[in-house]
Amino acid sequence: MEIARHWRLKEQRYNLTGTVCQACGEKSFPPRQICPKCGAESSTPFPFSGRGEVYSFTTIYEVPNGYEEQAPYTVALVRLEEGPLVTAQLTDLGDLQPEIGMPVEMVTRRLRSDGDERGMLIYGYKFRPVLIG
Amino acid sequence: MTDVVIAGIGQTPVGEHWGTSLCSLAVQAIHAALEDAGGIKPQALFAANVLAPNLSRQAHVGTLLADYAGLTGIEAATIEVGGASGGAALRQAYLAVKSGLVEAALVVGVEKFTDGIGADLETAAATQTDNEYEAVHGITPTVQAALLARRYQHEFHLPADGLAGFPLTAHQNSIGNPYAMYHNQVALKTYQAAEPVCDPLNLFDIAPYADGAAAVLLTRLELLPSRLAHPVVRIAASASVSDTLGLHDRPDPLTFRAARQSVQTALDKAGLHLEQIDLFEYFDAFSIYAALSLEAAGFAPRGQGWKLATDGAIARTGQIPCATAGGLKARGNPLGATGVYQAVEATLQLQGRAGTNQIEGARAAMIQALSGPASLAVTHILESRE
Repeated sequence: MEIARHWRLKEQRYNLTGTVCQACGEKSFPPRQICPKCGAESSTPFPFSGRGEVYSFTTIYEVPNGYEEQAPYTVALVRLEEGPLVTAQLTDLGDLQPEIGMPVEMVTRRLRSDGDERGMLIYGYKFRPVLIG
Repeated sequence: MTDVVIAGIGQTPVGEHWGTSLCSLAVQAIHAALEDAGGIKPQALFAANVLAPNLSRQAHVGTLLADYAGLTGIEAATIEVGGASGGAALRQAYLAVKSGLVEAALVVGVEKFTDGIGADLETAAATQTDNEYEAVHGITPTVQAALLARRYQHEFHLPADGLAGFPLTAHQNSIGNPYAMYHNQVALKTYQAAEPVCDPLNLFDIAPYADGAAAVLLTRLELLPSRLAHPVVRIAASASVSDTLGLHDRPDPLTFRAARQSVQTALDKAGLHLEQIDLFEYFDAFSIYAALSLEAAGFAPRGQGWKLATDGAIARTGQIPCATAGGLKARGNPLGATGVYQAVEATLQLQGRAGTNQIEGARAAMIQALSGPASLAVTHILESRE
């Protein structure tokens, strides 16, 4: 069930909160205690805007346990406008074909369900196309 | 300096071994290696395995295998670093023997996929990714590879069948390997007609998960029995390098940094140039990884690795023969065992025992095991002593 684990991740899952290094200014998602760029140990929370563009994407049909209801689904690497890449599903695509460079924004959706009727539902970030017009 | 040599090798056929347990597979490979080594007794066992805690509900694999192999009393440990586990276990044995603290060390890699079925396999495989930031989004190692393949095709303008040469070469080479999972050629038009599994990857871009076990016995040159029935192969270099676990944490996901660094370190330690490598057993868990590994090693510039498969450079008669016993694609990918299979296959080449797959005059072989998208890379260089 991992209840405490998912609760502990609520800032990342719901607000896309990473870290910014106080020494070099590097912004990281997932959050880091040690800056991956300069090695400094002084980081503070940084909420990302949730805006970015598709760096790459694919569609998966043979899915792990807990994802059967969503299959097939599209997964992407999203380049956030602040710099980092994030792994997440694309959602709300409708008839749109995803493509590299497509502008997307973060939304909160169900990530996984534990299956049985008493199972836990896990929510978190996905990305949807930014509709221009 | 002490020469660490391969005294014996053993392997089981790769495939779906429904009737054979994790333990039995490993013991078969161990006994074959001990027999090949002419009676040398190991003092340590390094067991490479990734998925037994998941699929077989079995942790503590090292001790279990030492026990069932009749080796109770020796040092035993399980080595797990994802797909590169077999390479990492080989390195642990190499370090143990090289240091002089252990006289003979046994490496066994074993994986038992058919203890699970269906979605359990993808679930187990996904534990190799960053659970909280990759697996929770429903991604698997195959998805990681597909994301890289899409980006690679985009940046370097590949045709849709640009990666076909890798599985075609692998299947060509596995025909002569009696231990391989597949013994059929694949035609280009078959590749072109295959349905996408995880687009742009199709069935032939993905090495099949399979059961299998392979073993290698290492010792020092002076401890070899005088009546050994085969030529001696030495481990000229060993290098292991980590990268970020998550694919998204790389500044440039299309550069396999760990693979590149481990090759450079291995070549330096062996005192060899890339041109002196006669064959390269890369880790083609996915065809895109073969291309990226060739680039990381320096055989091709960035974005050009795929062309080595289309122009015949990786064929047995080419400039740098690869996957000479079928690679992961056609020999099969028994995950934790795969790095040990690579060592067995390279040893057979250097001993002149590779049958119809023999690369004439092969003296130096490079083998490389990768975890996922080269989150960890272990490279060894093996050399014939003659």
